[in-house]
Amino acid sequence: MSDLQTGHDGSSSVKVRARNIYKVFGDEPERALKMAVAGEAKSDILAATGCTIGVDNASFEILSGEIFVIMGLSGSGKSTLLRLLNRLIEPTSGSIEIGGQDITRMSRRDLITLRRREMSMVFQSFALLPNRSVLDNVAFGLEVSGMAEGQRKDKAMAALEAVGLTPYAHSRPDELSGGMKQRVGLARALATEPGILLMDEAFSALDPLIRTEMQDELIRLQAESSRTVVFVSHDLDEAMRIGDRICIMQHGRIVQIGTPDEIVSKPANDYVRSFFRNVDVSQVFKARDIARKSRLTIIERHGVSAASALRQMERSGHDFAVLVGRDGRYHGMISQDLLVEKLRGQAADPYREAFLPEHHPIPAAEPLSNILGRVAESRWPLPVVEEDGRYIGSISKSSLLETLDRAG
Amino acid sequence: MKLDFSIGQGADIVVNYILDNFTPALDAIAATIGFVANGVQDLLVAIPSLAGIVILTLLSLWRVGWKFAVFALLALALVEHMGLWRAMMQTLALVLSATLIAVVLGIPLGIAMARSQRVAGLVRPVLDLMQTMPAFVYLIPAAMFFGLGVVPGTIATVIFAMPPMVRLTNLGIRQVHPEYVEAGLAFGCTPWQLLFKVQLPNAMASIMAGVNQTIMLSLSMVVIASMIGAGGLGNHVLTGIQRLDVGAGFEGGLAVVVLAVILDRITQSLGKGGSGLFRRLSLRSAAASPAGKSAGG
Ligand SMILES: Nc1ncnc2c1ncn2[C@@H]1O[C@H](COP(=O)(O)OP(=O)(O)OP(=O)(O)O)[C@@H](O)[C@H]1O
Ligand SMILES: [Mg+2]
Repeated sequence: MSDLQTGHDGSSSVKVRARNIYKVFGDEPERALKMAVAGEAKSDILAATGCTIGVDNASFEILSGEIFVIMGLSGSGKSTLLRLLNRLIEPTSGSIEIGGQDITRMSRRDLITLRRREMSMVFQSFALLPNRSVLDNVAFGLEVSGMAEGQRKDKAMAALEAVGLTPYAHSRPDELSGGMKQRVGLARALATEPGILLMDEAFSALDPLIRTEMQDELIRLQAESSRTVVFVSHDLDEAMRIGDRICIMQHGRIVQIGTPDEIVSKPANDYVRSFFRNVDVSQVFKARDIARKSRLTIIERHGVSAASALRQMERSGHDFAVLVGRDGRYHGMISQDLLVEKLRGQAADPYREAFLPEHHPIPAAEPLSNILGRVAESRWPLPVVEEDGRYIGSISKSSLLETLDRAG
Repeated sequence: MKLDFSIGQGADIVVNYILDNFTPALDAIAATIGFVANGVQDLLVAIPSLAGIVILTLLSLWRVGWKFAVFALLALALVEHMGLWRAMMQTLALVLSATLIAVVLGIPLGIAMARSQRVAGLVRPVLDLMQTMPAFVYLIPAAMFFGLGVVPGTIATVIFAMPPMVRLTNLGIRQVHPEYVEAGLAFGCTPWQLLFKVQLPNAMASIMAGVNQTIMLSLSMVVIASMIGAGGLGNHVLTGIQRLDVGAGFEGGLAVVVLAVILDRITQSLGKGGSGLFRRLSLRSAAASPAGKSAGG
């Protein structure tokens, strides 16, 4: 999830670039395509030609290392869009670049190589081959690409270990529970070490608890070795939980692409809004989303004397200040009153002595729902820090209430 | 009437044309089929009846179960007692070689049908024809092309018994869960890899049902095949009919039924991957092993 930021300053590279792709199902693709390009609606095209528009002029970019969730109602074209990316479904028109290569113009042979090396897939009903053991299922992709038996078994074993299923290597798929089967599906997809993981409603067949567990597992595996994940889901909570960006489809068209909070706070139309009617915003927003830097004075600890810090605070009218190191890391929070007191007392390290007691920072990725209590109880604004300890801003009672009110 | 006459004449011309121009090809086919059919027959007839009974009984025990094995033992002993063992082995040889040929030809044809709608469209009416055309119609040309004996008998049997092999292979492959096929393709299977690693293994139950049906249909041809000299139990039934000897005909028929029941049960079990005593034993040992598979639930 932390790749989100890099994605936004454009420092992260584009992994998949789709331009104006259309998919027409039916016997008269040419005529239907013309109508679709002219902007006619899916239902009109179906009535006129008998062809179904699966995907209608989709253009998007997927960044390297992000989890890109495709969401929409049933029949909106999610699975079709996903299968266009590995050409399990042939596009009717448009181009799809993966790592700079246009796959729509690739030969069969190159396409097979691409599927073996660069991408793999996880399926809704698992699609584990029933005639093979768990281990042989996981080794399937490697076997197909011609890897020697010993080597592929080692790799498959390692992949099984990553999903915690080593003891079941020699079981048959039908001896496993649904959640375990999908772990095998995930291991099979990871074993080939693909750059892109395509997942079609991979967790939809699992019951809610197992499902959350698998989502966490995916996020964990993603954090360990950052792959690009394209994840189809019809479940908003899931999309919010795992998605760096969400792409919303309606009748084969992409209606909005954005980060979860962009989509919640600025839905493109009523269709998008309808997904959020029952959403708990405090789950959607993370601490980093509402942390603001302007509320407190920031003082670099080394090089600024306590006296000049005090003057800075007085000038900006803030009662509190945050002390950071040269690298931007959070050191502590001080109050004006305490600092004045310590300065008078000739303390050896006035900053240290002026730190507010028991005042621990909040991790940036924490959902608001988890920090409501702390913010409500605290007498002071709460600092928010990134995983690496960098200070990114603070949250006050009033700012929290404002956010909940605006989004609700 | 005139039209009917010209079609009959046309068929005559075709048969004669083939006889005149394709004798080497016909000889080659006859030699191949004769090699298979006679080889299988020599092998089976050479097995002493006692050994044969033991083998079939053990097979029944392994694939079906002990009750059926007892039945098989008694029924086979009865056949031996009626003096029909050798004839039954000849018939079994005919059935097995016809089935072998039907499998070798039928599976690739079924695969081709599953892969191409056009092939399926072409082959389907031919299969319908093979199944509905009365056997006597092709018995005559078969005898003309290949003379009398085991070879034309085998060919006639193959023509009648092969269609389910082709159909069920086609059906089995088409019915493989589309997600399995997608998984195969998504992981980079070539068409051949898809066939051998995904489609055929998952179509196996259907293909084995095809083998079973082919065997059953072959058995229903034994009397007709014996009319052109294929020999075996069919001969006994046939002479029973010709001499109005109800007893002889009944004995021959009974032996055919015994063979049919045993072959049916054994081949049915192949598609299901084992049953009966041995399966229960292996399950028991799996449950006793410390691998803890039962924790999988
Ligand atoms: N092979 C096909 N032939 C004809 N129409 C198809 C085919 N596959 C999909 N469609 C149509 O394309 C449209 C998009 O289907 P798709 O399966 O991509 O939807 P989806 O968003 O994945 O839906 P779901 O949530 O039900 O899986 C639908 O109208 C569907 O009927
Ligand atoms: Mg779908």
